Amino acid sequence: MLKILKYSFYDLIRSRWSYVYLAFYLLLGSVLLFLNNDLSKAVITLMNVIVVLTPLIGTIFGIMYYYSSREFTELLLAQPIRRSNIFLGQYLGVALSLSASLIIGLGIPFIAYGIFYSGAIWDYLTLLITATFLTLIFTALAFNIAISTENRIKGFGYAILLWLFMAVIYDGLFLLGLIMFSEYPLENFSLFATMLNPIDLSRILILLKLDISALMGYTGAVFQKFFGTNRGLIISFSVLIIWTVLPIWRIIYKSNRKDF
Amino acid sequence: MKQIITFFIFLQLSLFSLSAKTIIVCSSCEVSSVSEAVSIAAKGDTILIKKGVYNEQEITIDKTLTIIGEDYPIIDAQSKSKLFTVIADSVTIKGLNIKNISPSYTEDLSAIRIKKQSFFHIEDNILENIFFGIYIEGCKGGIIKNNRVTAEAVDEFNSGNAIHLWHSKNIKILNNHVEGARDGIYLEFVDSTIVRGNTSKHNIRYGLHFMFSNDDEYRDNTFENNGAGVAVMYSKRIIMIGNTFKKNWGSASYGLLLKEIYDGEIFNNTFQENTIGINADGSNRINIVNNNFIQNGWAIKVLGGCYYNKFNKNNFLNNTFDLSYKGSMNDNNFNGNHWSTYAGYDLDKDGIGDVPYRPVKLFSYIVNMVPESIVLLRSLFVDLIDFSERVSPVFTPDNLLDEQPLMKAIKID
Amino acid sequence: MIEVKNLYKKFGQNEVLKGLNLDISNKGIFTILGPNGSGKTTLIKSILGMVIPDSGDIIINGENVKKQWDYRLNIDYMPQIANFPSNLTVNELFDMIIDLRIEEKRKDELIKLFGLSEFLTKKLGTLSGGTNQKVNIVLSFMFDSPIIILDEPTTGLDPVSLIRLKDLITSEKEKGKTILITTHIMDFVEQISDQIVFILEGVIYFRGTVNELKEKTNQENIERAIASILTDTYA
Repeated sequence: MLKILKYSFYDLIRSRWSYVYLAFYLLLGSVLLFLNNDLSKAVITLMNVIVVLTPLIGTIFGIMYYYSSREFTELLLAQPIRRSNIFLGQYLGVALSLSASLIIGLGIPFIAYGIFYSGAIWDYLTLLITATFLTLIFTALAFNIAISTENRIKGFGYAILLWLFMAVIYDGLFLLGLIMFSEYPLENFSLFATMLNPIDLSRILILLKLDISALMGYTGAVFQKFFGTNRGLIISFSVLIIWTVLPIWRIIYKSNRKDF
Repeated sequence: MKQIITFFIFLQLSLFSLSAKTIIVCSSCEVSSVSEAVSIAAKGDTILIKKGVYNEQEITIDKTLTIIGEDYPIIDAQSKSKLFTVIADSVTIKGLNIKNISPSYTEDLSAIRIKKQSFFHIEDNILENIFFGIYIEGCKGGIIKNNRVTAEAVDEFNSGNAIHLWHSKNIKILNNHVEGARDGIYLEFVDSTIVRGNTSKHNIRYGLHFMFSNDDEYRDNTFENNGAGVAVMYSKRIIMIGNTFKKNWGSASYGLLLKEIYDGEIFNNTFQENTIGINADGSNRINIVNNNFIQNGWAIKVLGGCYYNKFNKNNFLNNTFDLSYKGSMNDNNFNGNHWSTYAGYDLDKDGIGDVPYRPVKLFSYIVNMVPESIVLLRSLFVDLIDFSERVSPVFTPDNLLDEQPLMKAIKID
Repeated sequence: MIEVKNLYKKFGQNEVLKGLNLDISNKGIFTILGPNGSGKTTLIKSILGMVIPDSGDIIINGENVKKQWDYRLNIDYMPQIANFPSNLTVNELFDMIIDLRIEEKRKDELIKLFGLSEFLTKKLGTLSGGTNQKVNIVLSFMFDSPIIILDEPTTGLDPVSLIRLKDLITSEKEKGKTILITTHIMDFVEQISDQIVFILEGVIYFRGTVNELKEKTNQENIERAIASILTDTYA
């Protein structure tokens, strides 16, 4: 697997798009910092961008890489390697090269600006960690879609739909649901609904850092416990890990049963 | 016998007229308890208490005395009763370490209680595990300075206030540290009083609490991690300058609560990381100028009955919500502030944004309506509906805007 | 060597292999023929483990290949479409596959044979279709495995390379290997086949030499022989 990973990674970090992606984050980070002159504000703005963008890029890169390397995958399948290793290797190649672009692209301007000597360092690290998780999750979801969908155009369509659903539509329905059932106790429901969407989950993790003062304004005991103690942090991270492991597991499961 | 008595009277008179005497208290001294010293002392005497532990109960000071502790002698009420009750003018209590005042549901048992006297001076004491700490009633003039008062209050019902003033005037409360009580400093019917340089922390209700008090001033205090920072209720002409309100978190928690107050001045304060920075309910003609609001949940919540307040030249930096507003009319002025979420431009370079800023987000209404929806904060969908509301307001008062938003943060000392 | 027993495979409603049996125990060149959709590629891919049969067994060198992967060390495979990662160079691709298969036997010889030396440092994405196919050939022959499977190997090759490929295949046969080839070029079949395996509707319809096929169908030439099989069955 490591061999496949190595070559996928090499292949990808030499692609023009990796550099475009890297350059985008470099630019975004620098512009935010040097225009705002305020680390906290830059982190907040960055969060708005990242929570939406990393899933999109992860989805698109994942699906494109899978489809474009399909014939090559067939060549690999005829080699004496375990199937699961091929797909895990390719998946990790994509996911890690995207994460590398992200971390380097955002790392350089913030380190240059002195994030290590600032109080915003934990907010910033949380941001990078969740962004990496989102990349891992959505690349895995994209691979899942690609493995289950032979038709590229359809697969691409499903992937974009998935992103649109998770990033926007889900929250719309969620909010609608909350307003419609506002007479009922909704604490557990709203936390549960948050867990079902990795984008929402990542947002909550960042909110725990940036907006804890507002979150503590809610009266309910469940929220108090969730946001007021480490429980929220632990549960969110655990579920995020489940969100990463499940699609990866399904990549292995599906790829072991698929005909090429 | 008669001669002896005459001699004593003579002696006392002569001592009194020459200079007051000093009574020294220590465990091996002739006078070994504070109560004994107080009972034998004459008006104007000084009692000097040496280092040591003194178990005492209910000492009434009925004459002008100066009580001074050396190296903080411990006066322990052993959780059995109250301690000093002062019913004389111009009493000084200084340098004592008073401990373990009994809690009570029927009586306000205190470490030091001054009843209807003036010119008291309570300085440099350490009060620990108290029910009520310093209790002032019906006094005119006096100083409470450099004391450290700590309690271990658990809930509101069986706890007292660290510094409690009732029906008093012209008191100075300076540089005290109060912690863990019900209210850190409580003022009811107290006028013309100054509260300055104090630190009030971890109190379960309020850091500082005004009720029916007028013409008071508090400045340069720090209120941190209290149930709520400062509550100003049913009071007039309160001046609030240079205070820091920090990390007052909770469902009913604010940096500053204003309720039914008139004509206050709120200048140069910092509100940082509070659930609500200022919660204004029935507040009128208040000037809120040159304050910093940093990373609060809601920088300002304006509930009903607020008229003619001016919010100008403040910095609103990275608050979750800058403003939440109840009602469809706006009679308050929000011009000339700096808002970190302002996304406008300044083409004529005069430092004032060319498009007005709307500080109220639609989402803050939704959160008021369905509090659980707070988990959707900063979601793309929420940003989209906020944006649409900003473009064409439906829910927020049309004139609730800052017409001269400042591009840069104001420097506030 | 290769034993296929009672192999079934359905793709959705479409039953492609219907109890196919094939036993190749001798060495030589076997061309697998059949109309489109008859199951040629499915058979090959089943042998390679790329398609997972619904039922039946495939035994290679005495070992059932179900859920196995290391038996592929004994098989060289050349896929029909050569589409490699476009950002890797030819050399890197070779290195990578070599890396995966432990050891190459004659890379340099083959590179020379197909004139690929000048392309070694070029990125795969910039190569022409023919050059890609040459890379494909080198890749599949350099490990010198006892079983070779070629799926339409002639696609896109210039005449010179085609001759070299034929020579290569013949020399491999002489080394005593088992070679399975699918192709549509009947000349090619006639020139190199030891045996023809004709698949029709998911089973082996015919197996034998070129001459046996001609005799059976009473035709002079192999294209007509095959055409007659098809018209007989579908008529």
